[in-house]
Amino acid sequence: MKQVFSRKQLGIPYALFLLLFVVAPLLVIIYYAFTDGTGHFTISNLFHFFTDPNTLGTLCYSLALAFVTTCVCLLLAYPIAYILAKSEWKMKSVIVMLFVLPMWINFTLRITALKEILTMFEGSLAYYPFFNSVVGMTYDFLPFMILPLYSTLTKLDTSLLEASYDLGANEIQAFLRVTLPLSVPGIISGVSMVFLPAMTNYVVLDMLYNSTYIMGSLIGSYFSAYDWHNGSMIALVLLIIICLFTLISGTDEEEQKKGGALL
Amino acid sequence: MKKHVGRTIFICLALFFMYAPILILAVYSFTNATNIGAIRGFSLHNYVTLFTTPELADMIWGSLLLAISSAVMATILGTMGAIGSFYSKSKMQAAYSTVNQIPVVNADVVTGFSMCILLVIVLGISKDTYVPLVIGHVVLSAPFVYLSVIPKLKQMDPSLYEAAMDLGASPAYALRKVVIPQIASGILSGFAMAVTLSLDDYFIATYTKPATFDTISTYVVNATKGSQTQIKTALWALSTIIFLIVLVIVAGMNLAANKKEKEQLTDWNAAIGHDGKDGVRA
Repeated sequence: MKQVFSRKQLGIPYALFLLLFVVAPLLVIIYYAFTDGTGHFTISNLFHFFTDPNTLGTLCYSLALAFVTTCVCLLLAYPIAYILAKSEWKMKSVIVMLFVLPMWINFTLRITALKEILTMFEGSLAYYPFFNSVVGMTYDFLPFMILPLYSTLTKLDTSLLEASYDLGANEIQAFLRVTLPLSVPGIISGVSMVFLPAMTNYVVLDMLYNSTYIMGSLIGSYFSAYDWHNGSMIALVLLIIICLFTLISGTDEEEQKKGGALL
Repeated sequence: MKKHVGRTIFICLALFFMYAPILILAVYSFTNATNIGAIRGFSLHNYVTLFTTPELADMIWGSLLLAISSAVMATILGTMGAIGSFYSKSKMQAAYSTVNQIPVVNADVVTGFSMCILLVIVLGISKDTYVPLVIGHVVLSAPFVYLSVIPKLKQMDPSLYEAAMDLGASPAYALRKVVIPQIASGILSGFAMAVTLSLDDYFIATYTKPATFDTISTYVVNATKGSQTQIKTALWALSTIIFLIVLVIVAGMNLAANKKEKEQLTDWNAAIGHDGKDGVRA
């Protein structure tokens, strides 16, 4: 007799859900990106993307902003994660918790707090837009860089370090040739968690000085103008950038770790 | 020795910069100041405004209701998906985890925009039904539930399920009594993550919410652009309360985790025939 119940079948609702609400929206985006208002195939949206100086300028600006933000986050987070992983403080678990805790607080409230402080120092935030954007995004995304780095660095096999010392390496050599290469998975995971949001999270900029020049905001402006077709083209371009980024970094395994590491 | 002092100072400075804005705002939330800078006097009026303005209360309860209901749905779907995928053939499993990965790596703007196009423009579901918003939040968080349950299934001893079946349990009963308790911690952390993701979301909500409804994020973004100082400073109070709640929850979870670790250690010691003290005496 055929078994009525199988564990495999439990997955069916989720599989249907994923097909309907994850795969289908992406297909719709592709369809809209290559059609016009009457439903005819067109490449004018693509053409528009590459000929509109505003769009290309925004793409360059958001790449630059995301690159600088990621570098700043990495340069700050690496020493923090390294010191925490190496330390033998009694309070270590509490301190690690303090670094991760902001992830749980609504980001718009945290940016509000930052805005008040920056306004106090600078008077008007419009004087240094690029600087303020980097500060805002670093403040928002830093925990997402610290966490993967920390979890990679704590799992590091210390016997390899000891071996390098036994073989005559000094501390700097040991760091550069053992610790740093072994922490590359953590760096990749952290970079992918900061770079992509930094390209698209226009709300941080919007809140800090009421203006936005990054890729995400283009979708927002086309959305407000009811221009689904050009908006879909921007979304498609972003999607392709995200795909390329994911393929390069091969995040499949890393993301699973992240899922577990967040809690 | 000197180096370690440097390290401590560095960590303290980093923590200072991370927390200074939140803490300064918390201090000012107890004053009647309208801007950071000039302290005038102690006042609780921000907290009074926060709890007595219907608009603010609606926004807070609305966000919580949305977060919890979408998290419950995401937890059920994601857990079932994880179990189903774990016991499927490896090709099917790969298909699950690839598609599951899409919302995780995708930019929220793209997810929100594409949900809106599909549900509102193509399928014609009105935003006022809240359906697009709830589905959007389930899409956002269910993949994370899936990701936190899968590792627990992998850690589970497969012979437990078989033993239950050998002892006469039906597959459904074995699943309920054996598998679910084994993966409960994964389900729970997936749920907690789903609630947080929903509360933190701005983009999916903007593209799919009814015009009259606001989540905390969309409300705060509008309020920072507006000129109502009373609302602005009431949000300082909200930020302080949320900070305290998160602090308590995270500290509590940390304590519970530490306690569990210690208990496991004593269990283990008991199992091999002595506890910590005897070990020392011996």
